[in-house]
Amino acid sequence: MTIIPPTSNHHTVILGKDTPMPLDCGAMMSDITVAYNTYGTLNEDKSNAILICHALTGDQFAASRQPVTNKDGWWNILIGPGRILDTDKYFIVCSNVLGGCMGTTGPKEIDTETGKPYGLNFPIITIGDMVRLQALLQDYLEIPTWFSVVGGSMGGMQVLQWAAAYPERCFSAIPLATAAKHSAQNIAFHEVGRQAVMADPNWCSGKYLEEDKVPRAGLAVARMAAHVTYLSESALHRKFGRNLQDRESLTYGFDADFQVESYLRYQGMNFVDRFDANSYLYITRAMDYFDLARDHGTLANAFKGTETRFCVVSFSSDWLFPTSESKEVVKALNAAGANVSFVEIETDKGHDAFLLDVPEMLQTIGGFMESTARSRGIA
Amino acid sequence: MIDANKLTRPQDIRVDLQLVAEMVESGSRVLDVGCAEGTLLDYLVATKNVDGRGIELSQEGVNTCVAKGLSVVQGDADKDLVDYPDHAFDYALLSQTLQATHRPKDVIDQLLRVGKKAVVSFPNFAYWQCRAYLAVKGRMPMTSDLDYAWYETPNIHFCTLRDFTVLCQELNISIDECVLVGGKGQILNYEVNSMRANLFAAQGVFLLSRD
Repeated sequence: MTIIPPTSNHHTVILGKDTPMPLDCGAMMSDITVAYNTYGTLNEDKSNAILICHALTGDQFAASRQPVTNKDGWWNILIGPGRILDTDKYFIVCSNVLGGCMGTTGPKEIDTETGKPYGLNFPIITIGDMVRLQALLQDYLEIPTWFSVVGGSMGGMQVLQWAAAYPERCFSAIPLATAAKHSAQNIAFHEVGRQAVMADPNWCSGKYLEEDKVPRAGLAVARMAAHVTYLSESALHRKFGRNLQDRESLTYGFDADFQVESYLRYQGMNFVDRFDANSYLYITRAMDYFDLARDHGTLANAFKGTETRFCVVSFSSDWLFPTSESKEVVKALNAAGANVSFVEIETDKGHDAFLLDVPEMLQTIGGFMESTARSRGIA
Repeated sequence: MIDANKLTRPQDIRVDLQLVAEMVESGSRVLDVGCAEGTLLDYLVATKNVDGRGIELSQEGVNTCVAKGLSVVQGDADKDLVDYPDHAFDYALLSQTLQATHRPKDVIDQLLRVGKKAVVSFPNFAYWQCRAYLAVKGRMPMTSDLDYAWYETPNIHFCTLRDFTVLCQELNISIDECVLVGGKGQILNYEVNSMRANLFAAQGVFLLSRD
């Protein structure tokens, strides 16, 4: 009989109480609430802790039911008893990022100085700031070194940032479907999304919470546009083709005649219920600002002397974070003499593949985890 | 899921891989180009304590290597060696892969840029069985080592021992060591540039450097 390991949801801790945390923009932030979940049990050596970094619209509910949507954890495919990130073996931590909207301090929380939600008074944050806060959480949990830091997309950016900023605090790193910088195309898509939000009259110049309004239409459009970038042309075709939605023929109007339209509208509307519009602005901005090479002169410099073991994974049909971006990372890691493995997984599932049941990905990560655990002495 | 216990272990290593391994000094930094399932790399890590890396074209190969705990990146000898810094490794290894590359000359050049030394092994197309096959049957040779039909072989740039040593001369590469292997896996003590070497060696293993 397998003992279900303790899943420990809805933790919050206030960090930066005595010493404020500096942000890249120059501001200082104190009393930062961090919301996080843990899965599994920390061993005596504290050598089995894994940090999961979530993507743009993800949250700390990596392997437990999301309270708003009531859906299973977004990475249940990877995390659980006997799974690749085995909760019988590892202690897994996942926290909501700085600027998020699931409990960690972000633009929708109340600014104690004004008594009102931060809104656009929230400072501009970066991937570096998110990771700095996660490092404070690591200190708080008294975990000297993560056995691994794992994440895809924006989560992968955090993984790379971790490896560059705190190499001695991560034994291994698994960046998936990611890049060391946000490309012009990606910034462009984010800008479309932000402009959609800001064009919604209910956005109220960022003060919609005070006005008791929600920029639903704007945020939904932002999500719809972004969602297309997470898929691939062939996946869209396979899923929907030109199939019509609940109708026999075209209506000669602007209803969602096509299944693909109906699907996107559904994705947009669902998203609005669980995500804060200003969080979307801030977090997309953080991704746009990410550029490890700029921060370190060259990308190879970012990883100079690292002893962290890397497993980099890209997906052939991902056009948002294409394989060429992962190869840039691998090239830099090789130039830095790092221990790096890299695989491009053949799939038509696009960028979202890292969230899905893609057996080859599970095999790669599984093999890497097992061999790395052996060398770390984790049974 | 790959079971690490069922993977090939060092003792099963082929004779040509064994010979390549013998040319590598203990504790050195090694890049195995075209490392397949990591048999040689695994052997070098286990027996010579090398700091090893690999490049492999197939995703399955990389996955098997990664499951063994080896650091291997998916890539192509023709395209991806240029991404490595100069002399990043003590040895760059290319075993039984030269004949499958698109630009063997550039690959050899790159091996000796990335590695201070290179170890290259390849099948000798002037081996008497190949010659006889072509002469008698009038068809592209197929032997137990080279058992692909001409239309599906990955081996697109066969060369002979002589071809290889001439190319080394042209590229100002010195052959520091050379082991010739006969059809039954026996070591042949022939001078590498001799007629009989080119006739009786089924494969050659070369340790190369550039002054």
